[in-house]
Amino acid sequence: MWRFLIPMALFAILVWFFNQGLGLDPRKIPSPLIGKPAPEFSLPVLGEKDRMVAMSDFRGQVVLVNVWGSWCVACREEHQVLLGIAASGAVPIIGLDWKDQDADAENWLRSLGNPYTVTLVDEGRAAINFGVYGAPESFLIDKQGIIIHKHTGPITWEAWQQEILPMVVKAKEAT
Amino acid sequence: MIPELGQFALIIALCLSLVQAFFPLAGAWTGNRTWVRLAWPAVSGQTVFVLLSFGCLVWSFIQNDFSVLYVASNSNSALPFIYRISATWGAHEGSMLLWILILAAWSISVAALSKNLPELFAARVLGVLGLISFGFLLFTLETSNPFARLIPAALDGRDLNPLLQDPGLAIHPPMLYVGYVGFAVAFAFAIAAMLEGKMDTAWARWARPWTTVAWCFLTLGIALGSWWAYYELGWGGWWFWDPVENASFMPWLAGTALIHSLAVTEKRGLFKSWTLLLAITAFSLSLLGTFLVRSGVLVSVHAFATDPERGRFILAFLVTVIGSALGLYAWRAPLLKSEEGFGKVSRETFLLANNILLVIAMLVVLLGTLFPLFMDAIGGGKYSVGPQYFAAVFVIPTLPMVLLMGLGMHSIWRRDNVSRIVKRLRVPMLIAVVLGITLPWMIYGTPSIMTVVAIIAALWVIGSSVFGPVMGLLDKTQKVRITRSQWGMIVAHIGVGIFILGVTVTEAYSVHRDQALRLGDSVDVSGYTVTFESINKKVSGPNYKATQATMAVSRDGKSLMTLYPEKRTYLVQRNPMTEAGIDARLHRDLYLALGDELGDNAWSVRFQYKPLVRFIWLGCIIMALGGLIAVSDKRYRVAVTKTVKDSGQAALAGGKS
Repeated sequence: MWRFLIPMALFAILVWFFNQGLGLDPRKIPSPLIGKPAPEFSLPVLGEKDRMVAMSDFRGQVVLVNVWGSWCVACREEHQVLLGIAASGAVPIIGLDWKDQDADAENWLRSLGNPYTVTLVDEGRAAINFGVYGAPESFLIDKQGIIIHKHTGPITWEAWQQEILPMVVKAKEAT
Repeated sequence: MIPELGQFALIIALCLSLVQAFFPLAGAWTGNRTWVRLAWPAVSGQTVFVLLSFGCLVWSFIQNDFSVLYVASNSNSALPFIYRISATWGAHEGSMLLWILILAAWSISVAALSKNLPELFAARVLGVLGLISFGFLLFTLETSNPFARLIPAALDGRDLNPLLQDPGLAIHPPMLYVGYVGFAVAFAFAIAAMLEGKMDTAWARWARPWTTVAWCFLTLGIALGSWWAYYELGWGGWWFWDPVENASFMPWLAGTALIHSLAVTEKRGLFKSWTLLLAITAFSLSLLGTFLVRSGVLVSVHAFATDPERGRFILAFLVTVIGSALGLYAWRAPLLKSEEGFGKVSRETFLLANNILLVIAMLVVLLGTLFPLFMDAIGGGKYSVGPQYFAAVFVIPTLPMVLLMGLGMHSIWRRDNVSRIVKRLRVPMLIAVVLGITLPWMIYGTPSIMTVVAIIAALWVIGSSVFGPVMGLLDKTQKVRITRSQWGMIVAHIGVGIFILGVTVTEAYSVHRDQALRLGDSVDVSGYTVTFESINKKVSGPNYKATQATMAVSRDGKSLMTLYPEKRTYLVQRNPMTEAGIDARLHRDLYLALGDELGDNAWSVRFQYKPLVRFIWLGCIIMALGGLIAVSDKRYRVAVTKTVKDSGQAALAGGKS
């Protein structure tokens, strides 16, 4: 009686999909900004409110823009990795302190260490232009100011070693 | 020390679950009675140690032991006492422990109430439950240990997710799990029947009350979740078709089909293989829900901390449990003898239609939920399936189901004809149509065709449900006795009607308005005038700060009440939460949610007028109540004197239910 095997067959198909699904990340959405110039911004520096820094100031170097906030739990996990990246000197990290209280952010950097070459204060406008929908998110930007990679969620050490670092090296070699 | 004790107790429970699984099943297979009898002490022992372990975790929360990673991640010294307890199941690890505890509670209930079952059969049921328990205990200990230490200990905890700091959400997971896990009992009965090779009507009668109780809890659990989402998420929706909601709804649909199909199998000895399959399906969907929620294969607002390792473990467990159950089914179901036929129109036909339509509804939800995963897996791109799909497609099987429901209730077994039923029910039918067309017009204003149809359907269900008892009251000559089971059915179906009425009217006639209000401004919504009287930015709770608005509501110049919508910021996790100001009445809710400050003393405020929204949850409560009435029928408790028809049942016919 083959018909009694139908439920089993349907279940097997479902299992195949689930197994595929485990290897995929449903949150990974290809950013439409990849290959496009990074959105221009001009933002005050954390702790030095009078100093403004613009995206175009980084023209000519490869930078990692990291969107974070002291309110963001996942950023805490990521912080250790960022400190490691900063210590390796592979790429300058620009912090975009997003929707945060300045005092909290300064406190965070004091107590956990500061991986950022410069931290900029963003009330939300710059992050919207970057298409950020949750912290942390990071963008790798090449010498011409083009976004070459977007990382959603905390950067893990594996992701840094296997995905981001090779791109940094390649982007630095390019003229 | 206490956390280590908890972990140790969990390990002992794991060993005992293996005893509970192996000896009764092996003993029943080989005929070793001593082994079979080990089932009972093993269940008791396992329950004691699981309870001890759970108690240790609760204790760690109460004591604010932040040297336990799970406590440090989900609690805080400022967290109110009651939420320190409910934080125990506030995240993945603890909720697994709760799941195991509830499974133990079901197992020990089955063990305690199985005295009237044949010993071998009961032992097999307990053995299957032991296997399931073993899988979950192993999973918890291997991948999700709630007692893992954090060294050095945290000074304070990261706090419970503010969304969960709410009385509704404190009891929602236990209710839901009692339902989910309860389907394991029906599953175990089905497996035991198949192992035994006696798959006729007896197992169905024994499984019925268990299944119905599980279904009642699941109904209440889902309703609680919906109610919580309504007042806590701040925009007044009551169902979002989120993957996690669907994960609880699919077992409900399969379980609803199962309780109807069990009735046919018990009373008439029909649909036997189908009922077995449904029992497997209902529990499989519960397990599937666990997998979907905790493996990270779908995007959901309810994201548990997800982890591919956990996903692989649960998937392997799913394959073992469901795969072997379906294998057993494919082997045993063909042995069932050909069934007695039934007339083209009969109670059987209606229940068959009910089953098919419920299963279609379940598949519609399953397809919508898994579609993003399917497309992603075959490289078809990223998709998300919105409520539009579900809202449009879900009514296709459910509307005919509701229309048939009234006829089905008044049909008789074996052979019936439509004209007899229609003739009998023409009064409620007429009333439903007339009221369905006129009432919405008179009370709420011009309805759409779909609204009229749905209201007629709802009134039809209610009318045809109360028709029996009403006729019984009017008819003094004939002695119409209505059994508890029938009362249960009547009440549950009235609940369905009330639910549909609530959904339809809320969806069709809700009014909402987002507006910027300055202090002193008023706005008119559906005849109510809402005045923004004052704002207090300095409200403080035990672990949050809040901005609270005072809004006076009046109607025709008469002051009615004052509402206090809040925006809270929890101090540890820093996320803003909305506490809506709600004035709840049976016939409507007024719902005010405070948005952002727009500057210049102006605030964005969302007003909603939601007629009959309470009927949605009231309907669910009545459905669950109907289930409980049905279970209280004394025929489940006293010996069944009526001999079971099927001769193959001889061996079990002496059994009591």
